[in-house]
Amino acid sequence: MRLRIRHSTVYAYEFPIRSAVQLLRMTPRDHEGQYVGAWRVEIEGEGRLRAGEDSLGNVTHALYVDGPVSKIRVTVHGEVDVVETHGVVRGAIERFSPEVFLRETSLTDLTPDMLAFLAELDPQGADRLAFLHRLMAALFARIEFRAGATVTETTAGQAFLQKQGVCQDFAHMFVALARRAGVPARYVSGHLFRHEGAIEQEAAHAWAEAFVPDVGWIGFDVANGVCPTDCYVRVAVGLDYLGAAPVRGSRTGGGRENMEVALSVAGKVQ
Amino acid sequence: MNAFDEMQGTGAGAARPLYERVARWLSESPPETVAARRAQAELFFRRIGITFAVYGESEQTERLIPFDIIPRLIARDEWALLSKGLKQRVQVLNRFLNDIYGPQDCIRAGILPADLILQNPQFRLEVVGRPPPHGVYVHVAGVDIVRTGERDFYVLEDNARTPSGVSYMLENREAMMRLAPDLHARYRVAPVETYPDQLLATLKSVAPRGARGDPTVVLLTPGRFNSAFYEHSFLADKLGIELVEGSDLFVRDDKVFMRTTQGPQRVDVIYRRVDDDFIDPLVFNPNSMLGVAGLMSASEAGNVTLANAVGAGISDDKAVYSYMPELTRFYMGEEPLLNNVPTWRCREPSALAYVLDHLDELVVKEVAGSGGYGMLIGPTASKTEIETFRRKLSASPEQFIAQPTLALSTCPTFVGAGVAPRHVDLRPFVLTGADEVHITPGGLTRVALVEGSLVVNSSQGGGAKDTWVLDD
Repeated sequence: MRLRIRHSTVYAYEFPIRSAVQLLRMTPRDHEGQYVGAWRVEIEGEGRLRAGEDSLGNVTHALYVDGPVSKIRVTVHGEVDVVETHGVVRGAIERFSPEVFLRETSLTDLTPDMLAFLAELDPQGADRLAFLHRLMAALFARIEFRAGATVTETTAGQAFLQKQGVCQDFAHMFVALARRAGVPARYVSGHLFRHEGAIEQEAAHAWAEAFVPDVGWIGFDVANGVCPTDCYVRVAVGLDYLGAAPVRGSRTGGGRENMEVALSVAGKVQ
Repeated sequence: MNAFDEMQGTGAGAARPLYERVARWLSESPPETVAARRAQAELFFRRIGITFAVYGESEQTERLIPFDIIPRLIARDEWALLSKGLKQRVQVLNRFLNDIYGPQDCIRAGILPADLILQNPQFRLEVVGRPPPHGVYVHVAGVDIVRTGERDFYVLEDNARTPSGVSYMLENREAMMRLAPDLHARYRVAPVETYPDQLLATLKSVAPRGARGDPTVVLLTPGRFNSAFYEHSFLADKLGIELVEGSDLFVRDDKVFMRTTQGPQRVDVIYRRVDDDFIDPLVFNPNSMLGVAGLMSASEAGNVTLANAVGAGISDDKAVYSYMPELTRFYMGEEPLLNNVPTWRCREPSALAYVLDHLDELVVKEVAGSGGYGMLIGPTASKTEIETFRRKLSASPEQFIAQPTLALSTCPTFVGAGVAPRHVDLRPFVLTGADEVHITPGGLTRVALVEGSLVVNSSQGGGAKDTWVLDD
C-alpha cells in the first residue's frame, strides 16, 4: 500500500506571540515493511527548524519562531510504502533493551480496578502473544471510543474509570496493563489510512506495541481492536504519549490559542 | 550505644590532643560570655537572613538553623584520608554515569542488576548516548560522611543531584571568626573562603568546547519559594554570576540566551538548582514553569553545559549506592578508601526477610528518599511506626533499603544545661572540573540537637557547626 499523508497544524493566537519553541516528532523512518519516500516538514512564515534525533531514535525537529507572529503553521507531507507484516515491527532502531519499556509513567498509571480487570485475563499464561490479544479484545469490549471524552493529560487509570477515551487512552491502558503483566510495552504515534474512505481526519492516530520474545515488537491498535496492517505508518515511539507526541511546544505571549489540525491520509494499492 | 566522641575519643579522661585548646577555651570562658556569644550567633544569622524552609510545617515555613559555636575539628591526617577517599568516590560516580549512559559495561559484567538501572525513574532515557561536555556528570557533590571510630568513616549518601548546604559552610566560618576570634587564633585553620572561586573555575572549565572567550556562567534557581533559595542567591553573589529563573533564559536555534537590559546574552554554563523533571517542559514535566523550553535541545547540540548533568541523580538511589564498593573495584581496580554502610536491598527476597525480622534494630530508607524524610529508625520508633513500615515494605520492597543503626560520633555542643555530646555528620563538597577534582578543606557539620537523636537533617531539627580542618 502506498500512503500519501499531509498533516497540517495551525496555531492561531489571540495576540501576536513574542516567541515559540516546539519539539516535533512528525517524521517517520524506514524499517521492514515501511519505506519512507520524499518527506518534508514545512513552516509557513518565519521559523527555523533544526533536525535531530531523540535517544529512542525518533526523528525530531526543534522549531524556533521569533515573534511577533499571530499564526504558526506546521505542515508535514510525504509518501510511505507499507507492506503487511501482521503488526510485527522489524528493522527499526532499537537502542534500548525491551526491559526499559516496563517502566510505569504518570500517564500509564494503574488503579485497583485495572488490576482486577487484568487478573481475569490470565496475565501469567504461558502464551504471551495470546495474552496480549486477550488484553486488546477485553479493552476494546469494555472501553467506548468517544472523541473529546478525554484530554491529552488523561491518564490510563482515569480513562479506565470513565470507560471512554480516544486512541491515546486505549494505548495508555494497554501499555500500563501489559507492563504490569511483565510484558514490555510502548506507545506509538502515527497515521492510519481508513478503508471506509474518510481521507480527511480530525487527528493523528496512536496505538501500542508489546514485546514478545522470539518475535519482537508487535503492534496492537487497541482502539480498533486489530493489529496494524499495511494501512499504518509508524512515526514515533515512547514510554507514553509525552515521549512520542507529534508536537510539544512552549510560547511566550499570545493570549488564547486556537489549534486546528488538517490531516489527510490517502491510500493506493500498488 | 557508646559513640566515639570527637573531643574525648573513646575514653572519659583527657581530651584528644586535637581538642585540648578547645577544652581549655571552654573551661576558661565564663558562662556569661558563652551565653552572650550564643545570643550573638542567633542575631548574626537572623541579620544575614540565612534560613531554611521546612516542608510540612505549616505555621513557620522558614526558620534559622541553630548554630553551635563549638567547632568540629578535623586533624590534617584525618582530612588527608577523607579527601583521598572522596576523590576516589566522585571519580567512580562519574565513571559509572558515563558507563550507564554509554556502553553499560557494568550491567553486562553483572556488577549490578539491569532492572535497577533500566527501570529506575532517575535513569533518564533522554540522555542515553549523549555524554555531557568533558564527560563530567557530577560537578558538585555534597557527600555525607559519618564517623564511628578513630579511623572509621562511612559514606551515608553521595548527593550527586543538587546538593545544598555549602552556604552554611561559608557562613558558619564567618560567624565563628566574629564570635570566637580568640579560639580561632589558637589554631591554624584551613580557609574555606576559596570555595566560590573554585566553584566558578570548575564551572568555567566544563564549558562546551565551542564556547568563545571567557564562558558566561549563570545560576538557575526554581525561585524564592524553594527551600534553598537563600543559598542560590548567596552563591550567585559570591561567584559574581547572574541568578536567573527559567523565565530569564530562552533558547533560540539550540543556543541559550539570558535576557539582559543590554539585550540577549549567550549563556555557556548553567549551574542549575532545578531538578531534571522541571528543567525543560518540552522533554520532561510539560507543566513545569521552572525550566527553559528547548534547553535539552541546546544541551544535545553541545551548546550549553548543565551542572550537574541531567541524569546524575540515579547515583543517589540508595540501592545503587549499595554497589559503590563493587563499582570502585570495577572501574578503578582498587579498594574503596571510604566505607559504605552495609545495606540490605529489600528488592532481594532474603534481604527483605531479614529486614522484616529486625525492623526494631535497623534504619529503613526509601531508595529515592532524601532529607531525612520517610525513613524509619528502628531503635527509637514506636510499635505503630514499625508496623506501618512493615506494611509498606511488604507492599513494595524494591522501594526500600535497610542499614544498621550506626553509632555516629558525638561532638560537644551547647545545650540548655551546659555542654553535652550530640551526634554529628559531615558534608564536604567535592568539585569536579574538566581536568581536576577539588575539595575545599572543611564542610558542613550538622548536629542532632536532641539528646540521643541520630537525625541531623536541618529539615528535622538539626543544627550546624563550623568545621575546622587543621593545618598543623
